[in-house]
Amino acid sequence: MVNRIVVGAHYGLKDWIAQRATAVIMAVYSVILLAAVGALGPNTFEAWRGLFANGFMKFITFLFFISLFYHAWIGVRDIWMDYVKPTGIRLVLHVLTIFVLVGYAGWAAQILWRL
Amino acid sequence: MAELSIKKKRPKNLDLTTIRLPLPGILSILHRVSGAGLFLCLPLLLWLFQSSLATPESFATFKAVAAHPLVKILLLGLLWAFCHHFCAGIRYLFLDVHMGVDLESARLTSKIVFAVSIALTVILGVALLW
Repeated sequence: MVNRIVVGAHYGLKDWIAQRATAVIMAVYSVILLAAVGALGPNTFEAWRGLFANGFMKFITFLFFISLFYHAWIGVRDIWMDYVKPTGIRLVLHVLTIFVLVGYAGWAAQILWRL
Repeated sequence: MAELSIKKKRPKNLDLTTIRLPLPGILSILHRVSGAGLFLCLPLLLWLFQSSLATPESFATFKAVAAHPLVKILLLGLLWAFCHHFCAGIRYLFLDVHMGVDLESARLTSKIVFAVSIALTVILGVALLW
């Protein structure tokens, strides 16, 4: 057991919990979406659009996307930390990862709030 | 300090060509690979989602693109990636709370993850893509 001093530095506990919390949100959403698609069978554009235009569905779909992007940040960051050792390149990859994920979040919001 | 010097002498093999990964290890690296693949395909998936919802015209484009055999194969691959990541992720949540950590259960649950994720991929693939 490493003797850790719990003040001053971060040990990744917040990210560890966030990765799992977002995973649970996405898992629950996936089941809800699958059940909704299975029950409604939205084959037409109007039915498919109507599913996501519903206020509750829009809310949880956005929650899913935000969870997805936060989850992806932690996972992709872990990959960079495992395989990319030079600090400069790793920093650039971290920043680029954050940029695209923040961009995707804006994109997802725009898709949903145009409905 | 004594403990530290003993640890340093432990033999390690990081030669990927000679490592024989056990099933839970294969599950683990595929969890990473599937996550990375899904991340890389996010722009495509978001674009498809947008097209399917924006206008009747873009919906028609979405249907045409999704009907292309190569796109179908890619989407089937991503569906497997999602199912594997989903099932393996649930297994990890159980491991987090110290359930199924002994060798025998770890091997058994790995087999279950592979069986369930491949079955889900086939069922959902047939239902949604074909």
